[in-house]
Amino acid sequence: MTTETNDAELTIWRDGRFQADEWTLAAEDEAVSDGPAILPLERFLAERDALVARNAPLGVSVEPNEAIEELAPHLDRVALVTLNFPKYSDGRSSSSARLLRERYGYTGEIRAVGDVLIDQMPLMRRCGFDSFAVSNPVTRKQLAEGRWPDVPFYYQPTGSTQQAEIPAGTRPWARKPG
Amino acid sequence: MYRYDEFDHGFVAARVDQFRDQVARRLSGELTEDQFKPLRLMNGVYLQLHAYMLRIAIPYGTLSSRQLRMLGHIARTYDRGYGHFTTRQNLQFNWPALKDIPAVLDDLAKVEMHALQTSGNCIRNVTTDHFAGAAADEIADPRPYAEILRQWSSIHPEFSFLPRKFKIAVTGAPKDRAAIQVHDIGLELKRGPDGGIGFAVYVGGGQGRTPMIAHKVRDYLDEEDLLAYVEAIMRVYNLHGRRDNKYKARIKILVHETGAEEITRQIEAEFVEVKKTELLRLPDSEIERITAYFAPPALAEKPARSSAFEAAKADSAGFADFAAYNVTPHKTAGYGVVTISLKPIGGIPGDATDVQMEAIADLADAYSQGEIRVSHEQNLVLPHVALDDMPALYAKLAEHGLATGNAGLVTDIIACPGLDYCALANARSIPLAQDLSNRFGSPERQKEIGELKIKISGCINACGHHHVGHIGLLGVDRRGEEVYQITLGGSGDETAAVGTLVGPGFKTEDVVDAVETVVDTYLKLREGPDEPFLAAVRRLGQQPFKEALYGTA
Repeated sequence: MTTETNDAELTIWRDGRFQADEWTLAAEDEAVSDGPAILPLERFLAERDALVARNAPLGVSVEPNEAIEELAPHLDRVALVTLNFPKYSDGRSSSSARLLRERYGYTGEIRAVGDVLIDQMPLMRRCGFDSFAVSNPVTRKQLAEGRWPDVPFYYQPTGSTQQAEIPAGTRPWARKPG
Repeated sequence: MYRYDEFDHGFVAARVDQFRDQVARRLSGELTEDQFKPLRLMNGVYLQLHAYMLRIAIPYGTLSSRQLRMLGHIARTYDRGYGHFTTRQNLQFNWPALKDIPAVLDDLAKVEMHALQTSGNCIRNVTTDHFAGAAADEIADPRPYAEILRQWSSIHPEFSFLPRKFKIAVTGAPKDRAAIQVHDIGLELKRGPDGGIGFAVYVGGGQGRTPMIAHKVRDYLDEEDLLAYVEAIMRVYNLHGRRDNKYKARIKILVHETGAEEITRQIEAEFVEVKKTELLRLPDSEIERITAYFAPPALAEKPARSSAFEAAKADSAGFADFAAYNVTPHKTAGYGVVTISLKPIGGIPGDATDVQMEAIADLADAYSQGEIRVSHEQNLVLPHVALDDMPALYAKLAEHGLATGNAGLVTDIIACPGLDYCALANARSIPLAQDLSNRFGSPERQKEIGELKIKISGCINACGHHHVGHIGLLGVDRRGEEVYQITLGGSGDETAAVGTLVGPGFKTEDVVDAVETVVDTYLKLREGPDEPFLAAVRRLGQQPFKEALYGTA
């Protein structure tokens, strides 16, 4: 565990452990690499027909001021959506994640990128995120130590949660980890 | 009253444990103040001018005697022997040591209380009419709906990092004592065409730097759609509210800049989608389950007229004033709703000592079914008191300096904490409130003036609600000098309006005289004692007051 988390290469927290990032981001003018490639939403929309011919998975990065609706018709071609948190206190991408899961039925990977801190991660997971690009050292340390600062009593259901949840008692909405 | 079940207890206990760990990491230096700040804010801990402040949630302003007694205990044990009731029906402790806060939260949890969502950019304490469940003019008790909203919004995974804080108020009566039109969302309970219960929904009201009266986005929303509709509003706001400037980040600015018609269209479109999922459809059984907690108390039958009450009014001028101003009709004959004024003449608005809190808890047990309310006007309320018991209650209140008969009168002043506590303030609101209270404090003078709400804010963030004061006083800094601007004609009720600035501000030493000039002008020009101050200002406009304050030139 320790060696893994000390390894700066393992930047993605997913399924309860740090993993290597298989994806390459293709910025505005760069060529799209052969392997799994992430394109900014605008470029993806502009080049999507040409990209179909590729033989590797496609990802799309979406900024919080971009409308997730624009991506909705193309989700069947997308294996990863990254949603940015420019600041931990900017909650827009949490709405985008829920819309992807609940309204557009997206089942691929949704990754939180940007200012991703441990205290928000349990909430993000309930909004539909299943992977997290984590660079903050304190957060990396705490994750490595097995801290997951959840309050495991949920007063509201989300149709997007990425953990097993079961109803708590007879209340219509209350949930607990299942 | 709502009672926690296992789930609620588990939730609060888990949250306190989590925060205890965070405080320990802050005290050990593992967390810097910067890293600790968002964590403490989520638990109601602010850093003020001189010390940490802990703001405790009193959901919709309802307290049991047991809870109030615990607040008294905390005031004595961890603070300096008093607490401050706020305009959000909450309680603030101004001097707790950070190391003690987890213990305070443990004590609170013992009586089913916490400090969650009393700060931060989340859905804050849902407020209601402080006479809920008792007032004679009520269509339905708003508290069950406030409780349903409280639960749904607790640590909401999507709506805990909004552009800015978010405040919801619910009224169950057409006479709006909850000021719903100056809230982010205002809900007015009403009967639907089929006789069912639902809400008129208002969005985008607020005070602060840019005061706005809310727009009605729905004339009637069925109760089963309450959460789906609120979720739709929250999502539109979370996605589109401004985040580039914290002073333009409240939903009122989004509504204003987008236009009421367009924002209504967006909310309705989102609502259609949320409703389709049926995830948040409120079943009758859940409304009934929560409503049962708020069942009206079994009050002994009494004649409508109480001879003890009438005799005491004839005997004592003090009691007669108390009966006239601090007792409001109850829905049950022979009972009244009692406002305990936390505005003694010359005192600090909203403060109560540990001994007073315990005394009021005892009186609630003896005379009011163990129930207490906190009003957004910073007073306490005993909601269910037999008229027969009023004289005895009055005598006991008087022993603790709590029998001031001034509810709704000129000395029933709302004031923010101001420069005495707050790091944002320009001006010292509390001493000004005390000076005004002393100036107008004689019973004869107050009665002559009649209903008049003075509200004081020490800075443009408007925590003292000056925009909706009949007379509003706003402390501003004019080239290093504390100056007060006067607004007239504001109101937070069903005729909600933002007050109008009457002219240049007054220095601290002149502002009490200026308020007196306004009051005297009103007394001179009113059509008679039946025309209250607000009605007279609305009829007369600003001009006569301007002339009196600044001369005709």
